[in-house]
Parts: sequence; C-alpha cells; structure tokens
Amino acid sequence: MNIHEYQAKQLFQQYAIPIPEGHYADTPESAEQVASTLAGAGWVVKAQVHAGGRGKVGGVKLATSLTEVAEFSRELLGKRLVTIQTDSLGLPINSLLIEKIYPIKRELYLSLILDRATERVMFIASAAGGMDIEAVAHDTPEQIIAVPVHPAAGLQSYSCRKVAYTLGLKGAQLKALEKIMFGMYRLFLAKDATQIEINPLIETDSGDLMALDAKINFDDNALALHPDILVMKDPSQEDDKENEAQKFGLNYITLEGNIGCMVNGAGLAMATMDLVKLKGGQPANFLDVGGGTNVEKVCEAFKLILSDGSVKAVLVNIFGGIVQCDVIANGILAAIEQVHVTIPVVVRLEGTNVEQGRALLTNKNPNLYAADDLNHAAEQVVALAKAVA
Amino acid sequence: MSILINKDTKVICQGFTGKQGTFHSEQALVYGTKLVGGVTPERGGETHLGLPVFNTVQDAVNTTGATASVIYVPPFFAADAILEAVDAGIKLIVCITEGIPTLQMLRVKAAMAGTGALLIGPNCPGIITPDECKIGIMPAKIHQAGCIGIVSRSGTLTYESVFQTTQQGLGQSTCVGIGGDPIHGMNFVDVLSRFQADEQTKGIIMVGEIGGGEEEDAAEYIKDHVTKPVVAYIAGQTAPAGKRMGHAGAIVTGGKGTAAGKIAALKAAGIEVVSSPTEIGVAMKGCL
Repeated sequence: MNIHEYQAKQLFQQYAIPIPEGHYADTPESAEQVASTLAGAGWVVKAQVHAGGRGKVGGVKLATSLTEVAEFSRELLGKRLVTIQTDSLGLPINSLLIEKIYPIKRELYLSLILDRATERVMFIASAAGGMDIEAVAHDTPEQIIAVPVHPAAGLQSYSCRKVAYTLGLKGAQLKALEKIMFGMYRLFLAKDATQIEINPLIETDSGDLMALDAKINFDDNALALHPDILVMKDPSQEDDKENEAQKFGLNYITLEGNIGCMVNGAGLAMATMDLVKLKGGQPANFLDVGGGTNVEKVCEAFKLILSDGSVKAVLVNIFGGIVQCDVIANGILAAIEQVHVTIPVVVRLEGTNVEQGRALLTNKNPNLYAADDLNHAAEQVVALAKAVA
Repeated sequence: MSILINKDTKVICQGFTGKQGTFHSEQALVYGTKLVGGVTPERGGETHLGLPVFNTVQDAVNTTGATASVIYVPPFFAADAILEAVDAGIKLIVCITEGIPTLQMLRVKAAMAGTGALLIGPNCPGIITPDECKIGIMPAKIHQAGCIGIVSRSGTLTYESVFQTTQQGLGQSTCVGIGGDPIHGMNFVDVLSRFQADEQTKGIIMVGEIGGGEEEDAAEYIKDHVTKPVVAYIAGQTAPAGKRMGHAGAIVTGGKGTAAGKIAALKAAGIEVVSSPTEIGVAMKGCL
C-alpha cells in the first residue's frame, strides 16, 4: 500500500526524522492560510498524488506571495496529474502540501528497502540525490552505497558512520544522519514497511539535514496488524475496478486490451495473458479468482470484466484441481445467466471431471464456447474479439 | 529414487484440526502419504482422522519419529509454526500458508540459518513424489510416477506442467512448488541441484515468473552444474511494471525482474525456454 507524501511526513515526525515546516491543505483558502503561518520568503505548493515525477509536469510549484499560493492551489486542486509513473489518465489531485522553502546546499539520497536477494533490510544512499536513483544505479553504480542490517543485531552505529562518511557528513551532521537512520529503521519495523525513500535528503545552507520528499510503501500482508496505516489508504489514487475486486477477494489489474481474462491462480493468470498476446490478441486485464472458486466469485469476476467497455470477448481458463470441473462449469453457467453476458465467452477447463464439465457447457448458450485445450481457447478468443471489433 | 520425500517419509500436520488442515490431511491419507499425526495446541491427546493430536511439534516428533511437517495455520501464526518445527528438529518443513508478512519471513530465514532444516514455501502448493508421498494442496489425479522433476514458483503452472508431462507419458519424479513470496525457503538452485543428483530424474522443468533474480541465479547454476535437459517457462511477459501480479513476489520494480531479462539469461545459459505455457510438455519430450 502507498500513502501520500504529507502522511509519510507525519510518520517521519513521529520518528524524529526532520521535515520542512508545512501543512496539508485541500482548498485554495486553507492553502493560503497555511502559508501565512509559515514565516519565510516563499512557499512550495506540492500536489499530493501516489506517483513520482510530479516536479517535471507542474505538480510542484514555487510561490513568492500568498496570492500565488492560492492561485497555484486553485490550478492544481481537482485536476488530474499525468506523470512518467502514471497511466495516460493520471491521478486526481485532491490535496496539497504547503511547505516553507529552505536554501539548499546539497541534495542527497537515502532509502531503506526490503532486499529479497540478500533477505535483509538494507539502506541505500548516494550523494547524487534528487535524481532517479535507478538511473544513477545504472549509469554510475560507484556513487551508491548499500548497507544491509542483520535482523538479530539490528541497526548499529557503524552502519550509520559508513553511510555518513560516504555522503561527506561528519561531526554534528554525522549525529544528525544517525538519528534519521535510526528513525527510519524503527519506523520500518514498527509499521511493516517495504520501502522508505527520502529523495532528496537536503543539506541546508546552515548545515541542517531534512527530508524534502518522503515516500513509504507498506507490506499488504501486514496491513491487518496496522489499523493506523490502513486508515491512510486513499482509494481515489487507485483503479476503481481494482478496489472493487479486493472486496470480493479477487485479484484484478486493469490492462489496455480488449480480451477479458478470468483464471484461477496468479501464475496461470499471467501465463494466460501472455498466451493471448502470443496469439495476436491484447489482454484487457489480469484476474485471479483464486483456488476456492464459487458462483458468487465468478459472477463478480464477470461483472468486473464486463464493466470495462472495451472488452469484446472473454477467456475463462480454469485448471480444476481440488474443485471439480463440473462444479466450475455450473458456476460459469449460473454467472453468465445472472450477469447477462452478451459477448463471446471461451471456456477452457482442465482437471478433475473435465468431460462432465465440458458437456455441461456445450450447446447451452450461443455465446459460450467450450474449448478442448488452452491453445485452441486462446486462438478462438482472439479470433472472436477481432470479429466483434 | 526421488528427491526430499518418498514412501517412507513420516509427516505431521501443523494446524491439523482446522478446516484446511483437515481437508488436505484427508486427501493425503487417501493418497497414501505416511501422515502420522498432527499438532494443534490445547488439543493434545485427542484423535483426529484416526491419528493422534499433539500440543507441540516436539511431542509429535518424540512419539511418531516424523521428519517432515506441513503447515496450514493462518498467516499471522505461520512464522511461529515454522520456527516451532525447526526447534523440534523437523528436517523438511512445507508451509502452504499465503499472506505471511515479509518481515516475519525475513526473521524466520535468519533464525533458520545453520540449523540444517529445509523450508518449502510459504505461499506454495507443496511437494509430491507421485504414488509415494503427497504433502500439500495439489490435485492428486493429474500426477503419474515418472522421470521429470518439476520446480515452480506458481501452483497452477505446476499443475499445467504435471498435466502435460503426464499426457506425454513422461510422468514426474518429484514436483516442488517453491512459492510466490519474495522471501521464501528453498530456491530454484536448491531444488535443481537435487534433481541433478537424482537418478530417477531424466529431465527438469523450471517454471519462473516476474520479480526478483532467482531465475537468473538458476541460469548461472544450470550452465555450470546441470547436465540433464532443462525446459523453462517464464510467466508475466505482458505484466505491466510496478504492479503486483497476484503473488506478493511477482512484481517488476525499477526495471528489475522482467520476464524478458529472465528469458535472456536462461537462453544465454543454453536452456530451452518455451514461449507458450502449452508447449512445456512437448518441449520436454523433445529434449529426451
């Protein structure tokens, strides 16, 4: 799960990680009000969306007067922001973060990630801050330091010194960095984060360190343990259909094609999308209905797929293992009836009681095609989608 | 021969009296797995499915001599269950549970280091040696004893591979689902090395997916250490970057873990990579 920058900075404050003075606002009036309480020569107005790359597309604006703060806020609020990390529709700007401007001497990079290869929580730091860290890692890997933390020992000061000296920080700044790293580490463990990124971590003209930006991702598997994190979820930043799917225990991801896919199992669902593409079609979605498939789930799955107007045909691919194929076939028939499916549906069933399952699907509905194997099913659904389109 | 388990493997079930534990234990018994008991705290002394229930894994091990355990407990109790099995000296732990917090698995793996215990999963279908021992949730009927070793991160794609090798008349020596989580127990290399050493296994099917770098590690290993034919399939070629595709571990981030990268690494190591999931069985037969 992702949260907004302003929410991440609230958590930073709780863990003694220094942040710029600032406040959340969701109207131009409140934005101006916030700015008026922040003494300084200027303010930054930052659009709050769950995507990076905001600065390059006008999502971060520098204001030199209170009138400008209100003006920029009016421009941004209610608009959708399209960045390099969003799709072509972008994400809605429903809130802003108004902050005081600080004179910046240097921009650094500091993050804490869960590294699957080493199976460790790991700090990543670089003196080349403010940039896309993946590009830095690719072009100049020598500018990046990675410092893993052993879970039994926890974070030790030597790790902080290692990072500090690499970043050119010593004395009081070393102490300040150590405090930030310990704060990040405690926050990471306490809330089951998977990533905490500060890019940039700035050094001000007066030598203070401060998190100018903040990004935190949390482990979905642990959210039930953290109600305080769960309430920060902002559904407006996520796909409506993906939100709807979650309610029914379905795993759904919107794609851009016209062939709906309904599959049991995540691996097989990915493989089915790949096969549709291989046969010349374009999958409209990833959808894993899970192991224990029942009529209700299949109904909801059809509703989700059909709510995407661009879908011209549907491929159902179920490998019936523990759940028998005849039971699944009856579920599909009931769902097609209940949801009034009027576009072609190709069904590939395999597994236990497959003959009975296929027999049940044959000659029941002119839109229903029972395929004899996965290859034919994929070819058939691609041909049908092309015929309709 | 087979790898890791055979007809003599004594198995216990943690979460034995729960719904999942009961259902899959019944299936295992029907299959002929030597299931010798189960563990549910506070239920010790009872009998379930005709087998003894123990309060602790240690009690179960002491009484039955079990060397393997299968875990069906809910996600927030699974780390505890794995470590209890390790502590009791269980050699092979198969954790089916999906949804364990990643930081908990990280600590479990660190605690397991040096104990010699092997973990399969979590978030996996389990392991089966056809006609001998089934530990997990895979459908029994599609399997056939034979000569192909199968290792996969995905449950349903394991079933596809099993189904196709059965159709081709090849059958399976042992099938291992290593699981879809980012931090898990045995990896591709751990299983490949055992298939290479196993006499019954004549060919190996490896099914990977987007996310992480284990397929790339496997490619390196196969190049240097595996002489048996290997057929690979990688799922997620059309998956968009930054989206988690069902499995917690199936995600492309920062341009890393793409299907294209994995396929290139496998091909560079001289491994046959099929582009369609329907060609796995035929390709395997063609290699033998």
